[in-house]
Amino acid sequence: MSARLARRDHRDAWLFLLPVIAVILLVAVWPLARTFFFSFTDAYLDEPSVYSMVGFDNFIEILQDRSWWIAVKNTLIFAAISVAIETVLGLAIALLLNSAIPGRGLARAAILVPWAIPVVVATKMWEWMLNDQFGVINKVLSGLGLVDHGIAWTASSSLIMGVVIFVDVWMTTPFMVLLILAGLQLISPEIFEAADVDGIPAWKRFWSITLPMLRPAIGVAVLFRVLDALRMFDLAYVLAASNENVMTVSIYARDRLISFQELGVGSAASTWVFLLVAFVAIIIIGVLRLDKAAGT
Amino acid sequence: MASVSLHSVSKSFGTHAVIQGVELQIDDGEFVVFVGPSGCGKSTLLRIVAGLVAPTDGVVAIGGDDVTDVPASRRGVAFVFQSYALYPHMSVARNIGFALETLGMAKEAVSQKVLSVARMLKVDHLMDRRPRELSGGQRQRVAIGRALVRQPEIFLFDEPLSNLDSDLRMEMRLEIARLHNDLKTTMIYVTHDQSEAMTLADRIVVLNHGRIEQVGTPQQLYHAPDNRFVAGFIGSPRMNFMGVSSQATAGRIVGAGNLSLALASSDLENPITEIGIRPEGLRLVAEGDGRMVCILERIEDLGHEHFGYCRISDDTVWVIRLPEAPSPDRIGKPVGLDFADAAVFAFAGDGRRIALAGLQKMAAEAPLP
Amino acid sequence: MQNAIAQRAPRKPASFYRLKRRVVRGLQIFALLLVLIYTLFPYYWAFVSSTKQGAALYRSALLPALDFTYYRQLIDNPIFMGSLLNSAYVAVSTTLLSLIIGISAAYALGRIDFPQRRAMLMIVLMISIFPQVVVLSGLFELINWLGLFNRPSALILTYLLSTVPFTTWILTTFIREFPRELEEAAIIDGCSHFRILMKILLPLMGPSLASTGILAFILAWNEFLFALTFTLTDENRTVPVAIGLIAGTSRYEYPFGQIMAASVTVTLPLIAVVLVFQRRIVAGLTAGAVKG
Repeated sequence: MSARLARRDHRDAWLFLLPVIAVILLVAVWPLARTFFFSFTDAYLDEPSVYSMVGFDNFIEILQDRSWWIAVKNTLIFAAISVAIETVLGLAIALLLNSAIPGRGLARAAILVPWAIPVVVATKMWEWMLNDQFGVINKVLSGLGLVDHGIAWTASSSLIMGVVIFVDVWMTTPFMVLLILAGLQLISPEIFEAADVDGIPAWKRFWSITLPMLRPAIGVAVLFRVLDALRMFDLAYVLAASNENVMTVSIYARDRLISFQELGVGSAASTWVFLLVAFVAIIIIGVLRLDKAAGT
Repeated sequence: MASVSLHSVSKSFGTHAVIQGVELQIDDGEFVVFVGPSGCGKSTLLRIVAGLVAPTDGVVAIGGDDVTDVPASRRGVAFVFQSYALYPHMSVARNIGFALETLGMAKEAVSQKVLSVARMLKVDHLMDRRPRELSGGQRQRVAIGRALVRQPEIFLFDEPLSNLDSDLRMEMRLEIARLHNDLKTTMIYVTHDQSEAMTLADRIVVLNHGRIEQVGTPQQLYHAPDNRFVAGFIGSPRMNFMGVSSQATAGRIVGAGNLSLALASSDLENPITEIGIRPEGLRLVAEGDGRMVCILERIEDLGHEHFGYCRISDDTVWVIRLPEAPSPDRIGKPVGLDFADAAVFAFAGDGRRIALAGLQKMAAEAPLP
Repeated sequence: MQNAIAQRAPRKPASFYRLKRRVVRGLQIFALLLVLIYTLFPYYWAFVSSTKQGAALYRSALLPALDFTYYRQLIDNPIFMGSLLNSAYVAVSTTLLSLIIGISAAYALGRIDFPQRRAMLMIVLMISIFPQVVVLSGLFELINWLGLFNRPSALILTYLLSTVPFTTWILTTFIREFPRELEEAAIIDGCSHFRILMKILLPLMGPSLASTGILAFILAWNEFLFALTFTLTDENRTVPVAIGLIAGTSRYEYPFGQIMAASVTVTLPLIAVVLVFQRRIVAGLTAGAVKG
């Protein structure tokens, strides 16, 4: 291709990209820059134009806030445990749905239902099922004689994080299942037939063949899910508003920003969230890459 | 080593019958090729022998034992897949040795066996490579090595050469033939390529729509096909066919190109509706000579052989194999075709071949058994 | 060959293998049933609860009472119906806008070779995964400045933040799946890039656009954080926020019946679409992740 033709192609490319670039600048880059800027000011939300620069004071204030650290701890615990459970459960269900059993088509469709339901709705549904007096789960448990009186799942400070993780697992395992299933279907069935003929027992086939070959698919799914879990807002917010036991960094930042109207401090909190997520993302991508380089 | 026998084996997926009532006996040490057009069920049949697919009905026996319900890993078979199915994350050495390793064989014994197999297949310099770093031919050798190392009683090949280019295909074909010669192990080989079938097989099984059309040696299939399907499938270029009408009362069959053959006796129940002559059974002669007339439309010169395309009627063009290229100015002109009586195959309306002993002036020698 | 390693001689009788296969099959079917119950029961229970009145709600009868009072109340509730309309308006507009912007960008990213292509793809991917709360203050200012605060239109604008990178990414993967020869033929016929996109690719991309559009729609329909933050009054809310903010007079009089009825109402169309377009949705969801 001549240089002139190539140049014309490049110009066309940018023309096609113009709308997306405009959107990115308008709703991502510009607001992000403003958030960074506000985090160095003492502005309040009701009068954003009145402010003075305060340097790193807001950032330090956040770091000195006990609630912030609780939120960080909650977020990390939530992300780690829920993604771990989702991965294991997702892998199990994907393997099940990949085997030729009657009804798997139905199950593949059904698995999409929890994924499509709005977080708010799913949260309300489980809140109702887990209700201490009238919830169906407590009814079943006491019917089986496992408990004498209903457990206050959502009111107890020690149980509520478990509930949040449980509901999140219910909602997002389908995503894991779909990605892992797609990864499984990329593996040629002849590979499994070869293992069959070779007499590789099921457990060894799983560890030595299935799992290594699924590594890329699982890696991508885990990356997406962790980053999504780290920004979780709606589930904990709908279930417990600003309850400290399940407050995530997103809830913390929004509280400072909107409820307390602290534009400056809230923006600093948001910036910390950004750095936290970026940090975790870099670590995960690094781990995935290292594995690739090692070639194992 | 072991024999294989299939007794009224059927397989359906839902309502779709893929294999229908297959009866087959394969002797110990035989090289049998399943051949047929795509979708004829040959791969499914091979997988039923392997135990990868369970038959809906029927009995599979290996070495006289009923193994219908025995899983693939306990049947003493090794399988070479069309896509090679090498484990992409393992080295060549580990791919070959993985089954032995799984059996709990000592590490040194495994690597010794792997090495000797790799030497035999000339892949011993590639032991640390991953499958994706190998060429197609090398992958094929590794896949065969993986089957070989287990010293199976039966080798099963599922179109193993179809992903290779033609040079390599010839080379690997020889290699597999040599392997069978050396090992004398029972081998079943699936292919859609009839020249592969003809060159490798002791016996060929021709499959169509999940049924066996004919079982026989390459010579039997070529010289004495049971029916029109086998006649058309075996041989390259394929047999020329033409519809004919029987004039039973006059004791002849007639067709386009002034074809007229006298029959000694005729079976009124089962009249001949079609005849076939192989390209190599036809001779090009001057117009007016020979037993048919046609127009020579085109000549293909392949160097070592030549094919002439002769239009007999609006919808019939026959191919003739020619010993040497005719002069180009015969193209577009009428020519004569001649053939021996023995070259004519006749078929009934249901496709069955009708033996032509009754054809007058028929050459004395019957087709080869 | 005497010491064949691939053993035949099944030491166990055929009936053993038959039994083993049946047991495994049975366990698999049992596990599948558990999966079905786990995924479907909560939604079924929400439906059951939404048709029970008064004290029946607090008894755990497994069958629905089929009393649709709560649904009638919802239809008669102008605020709830208004929020349904808001949700539909916001989600449909967001979907259409992000499909148009996404397909244009995807064509450039998937089909034209230009030096910054990889960098652009990375930027798009990064934006689709960064936390929305980070841009909250900046967006707040932007929306006030545009005079859109407490207007559903504000949500369309802000939802583009997540839907546009998402549609761009998925459509790019889809576009790459088309054979290149197709456009090379069009280029030889003298088509401009715009014409190739409009006349060659777009007509072929119906299914891809449908699956991408459904995913974008679900994303927009379910969004909560921006909807909560950028709308203030009941008549401007979207459904998820409306449901999230339904509250009783006290913790013990929590109107679960109504909430379940509302939940079922807003989810039913979604589930219908998802079940009908199951294959397309899975294709869209996995296109970006597996091949990217």
